[in-house]
Amino acid sequence: MNRNKVLEKYEDNWETSMGGWFPGEKVILRGKNVLTELNNDRWVEYLLFGITGKRSPRVARLIEGMWLICTSFPDPRLWNNRIAALSATTRSTGVLGSAGALAISEATIYGLKPIQGVSDFLYRTSEKIAGGQCLEDVVKSEVKKYRGIYGYGRPVVDQDERVGPLLDFARSMGAGDGEYTKLAFAVDEYLANSRLKYRINASGVVAGLLADEGITAKELYHIATLTFTAGVIPCYIDALDKPEGAFFPLRVSRVNYEGIEERRVWGKQK
Amino acid sequence: MTTPPKQEAITTKIWNEIPEDDDPFAAKACYCSGFDVYGELLGKASYIEYLYLLFKLEPPSQNQAKLLEGLSIALANPGIRDHSVRAAMNAGVGGSTHASALVAALAVGAGNLGGGREVYNMVKYWEQCGTDINSWEQMIKEPPIEERADVWPPMEHVPGFDPNGVGCTLPVKQVLAHMVRVGESEKLEWLQTNRERLEQFAECPLAMSGIAASVLHELQLNPDQAEMLFLLLRLPGAAVHALEQEQLGWRRYPFFGEGLKLQEYDSTGEPE
Repeated sequence: MNRNKVLEKYEDNWETSMGGWFPGEKVILRGKNVLTELNNDRWVEYLLFGITGKRSPRVARLIEGMWLICTSFPDPRLWNNRIAALSATTRSTGVLGSAGALAISEATIYGLKPIQGVSDFLYRTSEKIAGGQCLEDVVKSEVKKYRGIYGYGRPVVDQDERVGPLLDFARSMGAGDGEYTKLAFAVDEYLANSRLKYRINASGVVAGLLADEGITAKELYHIATLTFTAGVIPCYIDALDKPEGAFFPLRVSRVNYEGIEERRVWGKQK
Repeated sequence: MTTPPKQEAITTKIWNEIPEDDDPFAAKACYCSGFDVYGELLGKASYIEYLYLLFKLEPPSQNQAKLLEGLSIALANPGIRDHSVRAAMNAGVGGSTHASALVAALAVGAGNLGGGREVYNMVKYWEQCGTDINSWEQMIKEPPIEERADVWPPMEHVPGFDPNGVGCTLPVKQVLAHMVRVGESEKLEWLQTNRERLEQFAECPLAMSGIAASVLHELQLNPDQAEMLFLLLRLPGAAVHALEQEQLGWRRYPFFGEGLKLQEYDSTGEPE
């Protein structure tokens, strides 16, 4: 056994068909010349092609609309946007603020985990139903195992104001009646009438709509990576226009201490 | 008279503050788990002891402090060829912000291969298997499989072991030996005794991340705490190597100019 064989094979040798830059000559992505063959693409078409290899102005437009409706909210109280506002209030840079906001968008209660998770759930559920299970059993088992389902329920409020506009937009693009979207709403109906009362949120609708376009859970995850950015940057700009340190300042009395009350002396313990 | 709405607060068991008499937004005393940080702890506790206190809310025993001290030195610089340090150096040579060098090092040093997530996963193994070699064998040969997709890629090797390693390296052995010497730890002694058997099960050698996970578990950190502390402890090397390469510049740093070999693209696109 010589495990170094793997490393030796790849030493100064990155064989790829994904693409590359040939300085002074050309740029290639998935076999296409970026400067001559993809130069008239819209940016989201290019992103979609880079992630999936699919050439589809329609799906790209669908994604673009979803980004706008679902995830570009310029509210600095939202946890990821707040990083940008905090960066500005401390006079850090815009990119560091956006990078921090992007990094924490891979969250559990919102953001990338639910976005990928609900797509994965719809694919798995569809497969199980095709295998003979009933929807009720699949959903019950998921809830029992994970205490919830990504894409259903929402922090802060129950109702999701994005669902209606999102469906309107999707229908204007000829989407919204596919198998996975129907499944997403069938789960919504079941959960709404269960003791959980969870309702579908925007990520559930997006996952259904894009699964109907053949986008996998992992592809959706990558597509959604930058989805919050257009809401993040205005929060930075806004806080930079205000005095230093002014973003939701906290006075000392805002610390609710629940730890050891006694004054301790170092070295007096074990 | 109307009462103002109750202000939201941050709840913590770690940190308490007393306001200055003339400024409700400034603290005149800060307490970490009951210790006055600036009035009492500073000058008495070592940095390592304070670090332990922050995570565990209790001061470390002598052995625990020695273990954490040793681990901190072992991890402080993962080395100039480490992936996370390379990430930081990329920030350096490009003239990026210093914070971005650390952001880059954290991003790259977070993963399943030699990174924070590997430590998280191995601590979970420790929690389930303890010092039962049969449990480790079963866990390694039949690792838990998560049905749901995760943002983390699935593990492609046994956590704590180096899938590209030929044998257990001398630094890994030296660090383990040191930890056994200073730690008086049954678990670390067990690891040293059983290292080769575990490596046989894993079909690859124990890695530094494996030592880190084992020590952090011995320090009674849970998987989340272990992951976080591991991420923190590896940043000094990333910082200094980024600064050094910033001075040297991109021309003296590998670009792998001849390294990229473009292959023909097999189109599976679905044009509409």
